[in-house]
Amino acid sequence: MAKELWKGNEAIAEAAIRAGCRCYFGYPITPQSEIPEYMSLHMPKAGGIFLQSESEIAAINMVYGAAGAGARVMTSSSSPGISLKQEGISYMCGAELPGVIVNVMRGGPGLGTIQPAQGDYFQATRGGGNGDYRLIVFAPANIQEVVDLMQEAFELADRYRMPVMMLLDGMIGQMMEPIEWKKPPVSPDDLPKKSWATTGTKGEREPNIINSLFISPEACNAHNHRLEDKYRRVIANEQRYETNDTDGAKIIFVAYGTPARLARAAAGILEKEGIKAGVFRPITVWPYPYEALHQVAAQESVKAVVTVEMSTGQMVDDVRIGVNGVKPVSFVGQAGGVVPTPREVANAALKALGR
Amino acid sequence: MAIVYQRSKGLADIETHYCPGCTHGIIHRLVAETLEELGVLGNTVGVAPVGCSVFAYDYFNCDMQEAAHGRAPAVATGIKRVLPDKVVFTYQGDGDLAAIGTGEITHAAMRGENITTVFVNNAIYGMTGGQMAPTTLVGQRATTAPLGRDKSHAGSPIRIAEMLATIDGAAYIERVTVTSPANVMRAKRAIKKAFELQIEGRGFTLIEVLSTCPTNWGLTPVKALEWLNENMIPVFPLGVYKDITKEA
Ligand SMILES: Cc1ncc(C[n+]2csc(CCOP(=O)(O)OP(=O)(O)O)c2C)c(N)n1
Ligand code: SF4
Ligand SMILES: [Mg+2]
Repeated sequence: MAKELWKGNEAIAEAAIRAGCRCYFGYPITPQSEIPEYMSLHMPKAGGIFLQSESEIAAINMVYGAAGAGARVMTSSSSPGISLKQEGISYMCGAELPGVIVNVMRGGPGLGTIQPAQGDYFQATRGGGNGDYRLIVFAPANIQEVVDLMQEAFELADRYRMPVMMLLDGMIGQMMEPIEWKKPPVSPDDLPKKSWATTGTKGEREPNIINSLFISPEACNAHNHRLEDKYRRVIANEQRYETNDTDGAKIIFVAYGTPARLARAAAGILEKEGIKAGVFRPITVWPYPYEALHQVAAQESVKAVVTVEMSTGQMVDDVRIGVNGVKPVSFVGQAGGVVPTPREVANAALKALGR
Repeated sequence: MAIVYQRSKGLADIETHYCPGCTHGIIHRLVAETLEELGVLGNTVGVAPVGCSVFAYDYFNCDMQEAAHGRAPAVATGIKRVLPDKVVFTYQGDGDLAAIGTGEITHAAMRGENITTVFVNNAIYGMTGGQMAPTTLVGQRATTAPLGRDKSHAGSPIRIAEMLATIDGAAYIERVTVTSPANVMRAKRAIKKAFELQIEGRGFTLIEVLSTCPTNWGLTPVKALEWLNENMIPVFPLGVYKDITKEA
């Protein structure tokens, strides 16, 4: 198929429709407003539901209701709006409801800035809402990858009955890139039926109940352990990552999203200066590919692991867990909408080598 | 022998956890009877709130979803948009609907969301032990207003039926109570009318039911009914506040 030029946010929306999503609820916020805008026009054309809610809190609870009614459903927002969705995300996890949540991250804390950042990593991977829960979190690095992963995001949400987050920095939402629609569109009619959904008993079965309340400690404990078992299965089966030139490298950069592209540019700079550098890029940041990272870092050639983020250092904690002390781990990053330059990243590597 | 009274098919055959004399139980029965009489039990999805009626998902004999505190109208919106042919209702207390969930109920009404809300106003936070609600009367004691609600500090009770009746998307709004057999019959008619209008696709419907909380009011069940009649009705007058079937 021929390549087409797409803006990130619009491609995200179109990819969701092509993934069989026919239900979207959202509230405007920069830098992701093109998603609801695109949905408002194209979702009805596809026979689906678009609704602009009164708040992100309402939007995520509409997602809850729609997911409970069996729909393939999505919402999107950016950092401050994602904060408001945390209650609903926790309830969705508790009630085991599928759905896709897109976070096109901007700078924080508070109102921060509308420029791209990655300050919501802890919130996405550690759970910003209450309770012991997890989300599958995809962190694609370009528009093509977002589009390629969207179908899988919905499929995993349905398979595990849990929300999946697309964690993007504003750069990916706002830029334009040539992409290819590789997978055939999914028809909602072909999706597996959800026997647990509240679609009316028709007098033919016992009532279905969507609920996250387990009032007795024993029942709540058992529920938590059941969720834990599910999360273990996700950890065992759904880690995704990519390596670039990591074999025999002296420097391993670890980065997700836009900084992974900067890290590759920095590796190019180092290459010219006679230092072999590679990039380890988690594609899922939960479950985090700890073991794969460990193997890469443990190679004899590796002298230092350098984490690059558009934050003051959040994923670096996971890098330390993965590397587990076998090599020194350092960090370079900028926050609040400032993007580190490849030179700055390369210099951080030189510093890590004691130069 | 002729059966003159039995459990509605709309209610599951289990004991509820409501306190003796609490009128939540009567209101449950009215909703259940309505769904049964309209023949829509198998075609209904209800949404339970957070409050004393949190376990409503176990009591109504139809598909149910349990919403976060105050969010039932948003959850119901998600359900109704996906399943426009189903009957969708929320059952919410006054803390749930008139405090934390004011935004969600107002905008569901604004959109003319074709759902029915049964709003149980007992002028108190029952479940959490009798704290002040936005509907608590001036001077009424609550565990967070130990000397009684002070207007200069905490304002006056909010009148939801009147407020939502100003919204174009609201099709039917009535305030009723269940303090006497006659009032129970009136409440039943109101609830049934709201569901009928939903089935006709007329828009947002809400029935506010003044209800007792003997436990947190510190009154016997009978005294609680009297207190409601004497003190709540003057502040929350009964009646129809919006009826699009009566509009030109
Ligand atoms: C986000 C959140 N805040 C607070 C609570 C605690 N809480 C549970 S029920 C309730 C009040 C319920 O009062 P009302 O809606 O009037 O129902 P009633 O029990 O009186 O029927 C509160 C504050 C909660 N569950 N969730
Ligand atoms: S606390 Fe009040 S509202 Fe709750 S069940 Fe008891 S009497 Fe009813
Ligand atoms: Mg109450």
